[in-house]
Amino acid sequence: MTFLAIRALRKQFGSLVAVNNVSMEVAAGECRAIIGPNGAGKTTFFNMISGYFRPSAGEIELDGQPITQLSVRGRVARGMARTFQITEVFPELSVRENLRIAAEVQQGLSLRPWVGRAARARVEAAIEASMARAGLVEKADRLVGELAHGDQRAVEIATALALQPRLLLLDEPTAGMGEQETYQVAALIRRLHRDHALTIVLIEHDMRVVFNLADRISVLDQGRLLAEGTPQQIADDPAVQAAYLGDAE
Amino acid sequence: MAPAARMRLLKLAVIWVVLLTAPYWSAPIGGYPALCSRVVILGMAAMAFNLLLGFTGIMSFGHAAFFGLGAYGAGLALKFATSSTILAIIAGVLLGTIAGALLGALVVRRRGVYFAMVTIAFGQIFYFIAFRWNTLTGGDDGLRGFARQPVGIGRWLLDIQHNDILFYDFVLVVLAVVAGLMGLLLQSPFGRTLLAIRENERRARFLGIAVDLHIWLAFVASCLFVACAGALYACLNNFADPTLFNYNMSGTIVIMAVLGGFRAFWGPMLGAAVFVVMQDYLSSMMQNWMWAVGLIFMAVVLFFPRGILGVLRRRASA
Ligand SMILES: Nc1ncnc2c1ncn2[C@@H]1O[C@H](COP(=O)(O)OP(=O)(O)OP(=O)(O)O)[C@@H](O)[C@H]1O
Ligand SMILES: [Mg+2]
Repeated sequence: MTFLAIRALRKQFGSLVAVNNVSMEVAAGECRAIIGPNGAGKTTFFNMISGYFRPSAGEIELDGQPITQLSVRGRVARGMARTFQITEVFPELSVRENLRIAAEVQQGLSLRPWVGRAARARVEAAIEASMARAGLVEKADRLVGELAHGDQRAVEIATALALQPRLLLLDEPTAGMGEQETYQVAALIRRLHRDHALTIVLIEHDMRVVFNLADRISVLDQGRLLAEGTPQQIADDPAVQAAYLGDAE
Repeated sequence: MAPAARMRLLKLAVIWVVLLTAPYWSAPIGGYPALCSRVVILGMAAMAFNLLLGFTGIMSFGHAAFFGLGAYGAGLALKFATSSTILAIIAGVLLGTIAGALLGALVVRRRGVYFAMVTIAFGQIFYFIAFRWNTLTGGDDGLRGFARQPVGIGRWLLDIQHNDILFYDFVLVVLAVVAGLMGLLLQSPFGRTLLAIRENERRARFLGIAVDLHIWLAFVASCLFVACAGALYACLNNFADPTLFNYNMSGTIVIMAVLGGFRAFWGPMLGAAVFVVMQDYLSSMMQNWMWAVGLIFMAVVLFFPRGILGVLRRRASA
């Protein structure tokens, strides 16, 4: 069953066509990787799905409902969460407070001037669960801005997960990470995918991560969808090898 | 009790002891009750302004508008409508809050410099109204002919009108209410959402937070408390004039908050004390004392961007 459907999506910045007529269908519970050289339009594509940019043309459907006209907030309310290529966290707050904010938003408390004991307990439980899942328990009271890059990424992913999304968009979750950190984040994504049947779309440059995690891969090049298929199909595709894998070696 | 909570309580106790005894300990160094009231009222305004700067990450340069409306609201009420100081203050608060709600709706979509620029205009609009509407406001000469009235509590009549120390205590009671409400607000989920907006607006937006709505609510709350300070200011002086609306006044509020430390809840109150004392001291030495204040302000911003309390805190944690 298709969960995210994109039809003929296009984004133009002046004379530059950053995303050109891209269509894509992502099944419920699928982990989809989007790869492509720098400037291919991957982030722009994400920005349109998540509502950051209005598309120049095209349609987006989530779970059978058109969402092209919805605000960012509307999309979040329908179960979409994302992370950014450049980590976006609340740097001068602790890990716990970062997650508390997300949990309170998720539970519809963000406008409340006060909360009852029961609601507070639910928030605490959600925070603990998020921290445990992302391996952040030991760092609960550290300021996020003081953490290592990999941990900041983990906080950002945990924040997005605290919204209990149905669709998670990850823009280069392992960018700038060492071996160990990359492995940890990949393992986290795999667990989410396997245990929670979360639909995930991730942009990723690290081919080992991509081939490890993705059910299917879409290749963007100069704004166009160059190829799509299983990891094996993509690895064997001569056009992809020429455009991308070739010059990555 | 957790050590952090005990520490907070201790700090709060120290702050209130210092505030309560200020008319006494400040006397030998040239302080007097009315000056203490002035510091606390201006500090209250700066703390209210800081709800936006320090805890939402938004710079308003027009808070004089709401300070002045609070003052004129209370003054006009005392002059024409009521002999109750408390009702007059409520009138000032209402006037400032309603104006804040309306004008806030116009600016919530602006950010950064644009927000600051538009808010400057707010103050100037009311400045000209107060200046021109002679029959009601007294124009350039200011609003006169009213005086704060004694406050009755049950059988007691507190003569805050003639007893300056009693008036100071009255100001402190209002401060306790205002600070308590602001503290609760900041501890609440709503307050945390404001911090989220300050820290990273994009992240906040993609968590599904209604950013503009939150900023508007913070703006209205801030105007409410600033108007309350303005109303007290009119009661303190039994007088209000158009300069309360001026951008000088807005600037003073900003300087106090930044000087004292805008990341700390009580920082602006400290800033107000330092500013008023400096003003008193410097203005007795030179005519263009604002020059010196400007230089000191610049030095603080350049070398201690977190203000006085910011420096003390870093010392304490280092
Ligand atoms: N807001 C914008 N305004 C103008 N041009 C933009 C904007 N955002 C992206 N672009 C351009 O669109 C093209 C695609 O950029 P995009 O960030 O989507 O690429 P990407 O595939 O994510 O690349 P990378 O792998 O480097 O992250 C680039 O040429 C970029 O300069
Ligand atoms: Mg990108």
